[in-house]
Amino acid sequence: MAEKSPAADVEADLLAHLNSAGEVSDSRSFASSHGVSHLELESVIKRLSAFLIVDSTDIIKETWVLTDEAKGYAAKGSPEAQLVAAIPPEGASKEALKAKLGDAFDVGMKAAARNKWIGFEKGNKDLVLRKVESVKDELQEQLKRLENGEAVPDKVIDDLKRRKLITKEKSIWYSLKKGPEFVLKRKTLATDVTSEHLRSGDWKDLEFKDYNYGAQGQPIAKGYVQPLMEVREAIEYIFIMMGFTEMPTNNFVESSFWNFDALFQPQQHPARDSHDTFFLKAPAATRQLPEDYLEKVKQVHESGGYGSKGYGYDWKRDEAEKNLLRTHTTAVSTRMLYKLAQEKPFAPKRYYSIDRVFRNEAVDRTHLAEFHQIEGLICDYGLTLGDLIGVLEDFFSRLGMSKLRFKPAYNPYTEPSMEIFSYHDGLKKWVEVGNSGMFRPEMLLPMGLPEGVNVIAWGLSLERPTMILYGIDNIRDLFGPKVDFNLIKSNPLCRLGL
Amino acid sequence: MPTVSVGRDRLFAALGRTYTQEEFDALCFEFGIELDDVTTEKAIVRKEKHIEDDGEVESDDEVIYKIEVAANRYDLLCLEGLARALRVFTGTEASPVFQVSSVPRGSILQMNVKPQTSQIRPYVVCAVLRGVTFDEARYNSFIDLQDKLHQNICRKRTLVAIGTHDLDTLRAPFSYEALPPHEINFVPLKQEKSFRADKLMEFYKSDMKLKKFLHIIENSPVYPVIYDSNRTVLSLPPIINGAHSAITLATRNIFIECTATDLTKANIVLNTMVTMFSEYCENKFEVEPVEVVYHDGNKTVYPDLSCYKMEVSLSDILGPIGISLNEEQVVCLLNKMQLQAEHHSFNGEPRISVSIPPTRSDILHARDLVEDVAIAYGYNNVPKSKPKFMTIGGRQPLNRFSDKIRAEVARAGYMEVLTFILSSHEENFDMLNRTDDKSKAVIIANPRTAEFEVVRTSLMSCLLKTLKHNIDHPRPIKIFEVGDVVTLDSSRDVGASNNRRLAALYCNKVSGFEEIMGLVDSIVKVVRAPHVNFGEKYYVPTAEPEFFPKRQCKIVTSDAKQVGYLGIVHAEVLRKFGIPDPCTFVEMDIEALL
Repeated sequence: MAEKSPAADVEADLLAHLNSAGEVSDSRSFASSHGVSHLELESVIKRLSAFLIVDSTDIIKETWVLTDEAKGYAAKGSPEAQLVAAIPPEGASKEALKAKLGDAFDVGMKAAARNKWIGFEKGNKDLVLRKVESVKDELQEQLKRLENGEAVPDKVIDDLKRRKLITKEKSIWYSLKKGPEFVLKRKTLATDVTSEHLRSGDWKDLEFKDYNYGAQGQPIAKGYVQPLMEVREAIEYIFIMMGFTEMPTNNFVESSFWNFDALFQPQQHPARDSHDTFFLKAPAATRQLPEDYLEKVKQVHESGGYGSKGYGYDWKRDEAEKNLLRTHTTAVSTRMLYKLAQEKPFAPKRYYSIDRVFRNEAVDRTHLAEFHQIEGLICDYGLTLGDLIGVLEDFFSRLGMSKLRFKPAYNPYTEPSMEIFSYHDGLKKWVEVGNSGMFRPEMLLPMGLPEGVNVIAWGLSLERPTMILYGIDNIRDLFGPKVDFNLIKSNPLCRLGL
Repeated sequence: MPTVSVGRDRLFAALGRTYTQEEFDALCFEFGIELDDVTTEKAIVRKEKHIEDDGEVESDDEVIYKIEVAANRYDLLCLEGLARALRVFTGTEASPVFQVSSVPRGSILQMNVKPQTSQIRPYVVCAVLRGVTFDEARYNSFIDLQDKLHQNICRKRTLVAIGTHDLDTLRAPFSYEALPPHEINFVPLKQEKSFRADKLMEFYKSDMKLKKFLHIIENSPVYPVIYDSNRTVLSLPPIINGAHSAITLATRNIFIECTATDLTKANIVLNTMVTMFSEYCENKFEVEPVEVVYHDGNKTVYPDLSCYKMEVSLSDILGPIGISLNEEQVVCLLNKMQLQAEHHSFNGEPRISVSIPPTRSDILHARDLVEDVAIAYGYNNVPKSKPKFMTIGGRQPLNRFSDKIRAEVARAGYMEVLTFILSSHEENFDMLNRTDDKSKAVIIANPRTAEFEVVRTSLMSCLLKTLKHNIDHPRPIKIFEVGDVVTLDSSRDVGASNNRRLAALYCNKVSGFEEIMGLVDSIVKVVRAPHVNFGEKYYVPTAEPEFFPKRQCKIVTSDAKQVGYLGIVHAEVLRKFGIPDPCTFVEMDIEALL
């Protein structure tokens, strides 16, 4: 058992006294008669008043009290009286008097001179002489009277105030009566439920202190996921719901062959310039390419075939062997389609991927040298542009973009090619949200896919829709080492595809 | 995508009507070009000279439309072609028919090709435009188109270079030669005095526009050069033309030569020049041929303006779009795209013969006709449908597993970050007290800046960098990332492979070594046997330079295979990254835990 606290004691005494006597006329005398400080009693009174258990009336009194300086004068006399008393009949040097009187010397000299109590020997300003036998120390008397609580004239008060010898002090104490909620023993209010309450059973009598609902809860230590990864997950769900299988995209290093040539992208295409693509010093070139397929790719570039007239240029193997960091995940789609073409009989597929791609571009508010590409493709006999539009509407409406329109575009490996625009209600305009198309026969037929098999595909970046979604206008605030931890901590749940 | 600047008022005059900007935007969208910017000549000059926009708009300042066109449509790179395509598309005009004029035998102009040219720039193709009427706008357009072609299909003049000359200042036959530089002397365009070719190359090293082309021939023992029969230099391709034959507003007869390393593209470029500007010839759309005579006696007449024929069935065209139309309708749509077509029937099947004019070099396959029909029909009019078959969705096991590990680490109170795969060499090695023994890292050949020199071989520098950028964040800081590193790998076709990693970093006033061990313990617990076997003791002390000695170890499976490592980050490493507080770092191979 904890010792009973003195405050609880005071409270019990006070309530018992009020119960029997009906009132406390002066809290100061109650405090001194019960041996507690008035400060302690005051806190008990305030608490009980708040619960309306006691009814307190303030008693306020203002009194003049002596400053520390004045207290000294009341005890030892005013500085001028002290000075006069200190001067022997033959007089004394200023130095000797200063040593004797200390701080009181300067003030004493001035006042004593004014009262003509002291004088100086002719020709020797240093020797102070006493000019009166005895003095009447009025200041000391006035201070003593004030100290004893006796009345002094207002004129004296003003004078003392000016000399900074007195200050006004406010004292508060209380008279007490029983309040409307008076009880002899107050119930303690609980702030929390403890296992002790449950064990002892005193929860039955428990009354709760009012809770401050304006205050916030305690900050908690928890883990967080990166906002871009949250959006990636939401889009992944959409693909899986639509029956798409993920492609293995964990191969950042790719050969030009799979990244460009196999996609019927000519070797002089601007995208293959070093200012768009990261080429590699190590490993500089790929070691192995599927020779049969390579021959067909070479032929379709140089002279066509499969119904095409080709580009009509000398295709160079060296160029195809150059390694690079893949510029698009379509390099992976191409490998997957080639693999699919080798499997007989042909089976239709829906593939997707979301992974990193690399562009040797200048970095700015909307461009990074690496970003995430979202890609989806469907491969089957007889697919149409209408199918592509239908699938795109399905996909983008789940991303919250239900108003789409399509613009003719150019892409070396798709024909027809369509840029996808979505109407943005906030920006009040059509925004380009992705690219799409049907893979060219010059890309699909050399792989060995059967005639009549079409591939419809689309791609977009993960960062752009995420920036639009969260209203972020600098890509580096979303992705990379400069992202603010507070953004990660405060980002709302991603509701795409709910 | 190339952008073409055209005066709005001239464009509308050529289109025979005016449009509001909204209407023009809509037309562009439908046709597949884009009104990229609306500006004025003065604004362009201000921008080039970096002068502040003073906000003054003068009413007589010509409005310029900057229009983005497809990269394979060279016929849209000038106002003439753009306006023509839109007129045909909107049905106000039929496609032009281009003709090579018939020249009496013996009077055809000749270009003789010398054998030495094969060492440096083997091909030349030529044509003549007769009776041209230029005004300032037409003249500027003629020059601009050459610039645009040089930038795009000519790949900055490496593949093809165009020279245009006032034919009346020259005397045929011409000869295309390749000579040692000191044997070539002429007054180049915009200069007064004669230069020897090697001196001229020296002279142009300080020319902002021309210096970027010098590399094409600079190191060759012979330079390509074209002379007329008076030994007047027409041009020193691909650098500069001679001043003698310069085109002016008064020029009436134009000789065009294209020298090249790629004959297909040389023909496309020549055909683009003549099909665009024969519009201003006395006999509209008629071009005079030139005979190119090779040293072995072979002769070819250019330009070849014949149409390329394609024969397709109706279903070949409509099948991939998913619409049904009859033959007449398809022929109409093809006509809107400047493609001449006729329909007939073969064995009862409707078929279409298409003639592809020399302006449409982008058409390679019947699939290109499909796109043109779809554009003419309107992409946004195509009825939407659904692919018929269903498939089962699924994920890559490694990616699904990685997500489970991510969730596990986030549940342990760590914050996920996402960093870059590319890094500077210094961050990946020196700043981690590591040295590059050249056996591990993929190195970029052409980094734009030091940030992109290597592909990361661990996530350590990435997390330290991220921590540095958030150094004022309250402690403890607990971050993690799941991502790929790449290392050289001779077992792969490309010579490198990815490896999926988990990395976590703890930073506080004390190192948090036990905290990170606790995280590893919890991961070991969730991937344990029968999937991955760990013995009683899976921490084995190490002595790596990036960590403090005696406060680092590797994580091993029961068959002693290393699956990760951890340690208190070395004070030197922390100093290099600018981190004042102790950190513990762990990295694990997720693929080894799968």
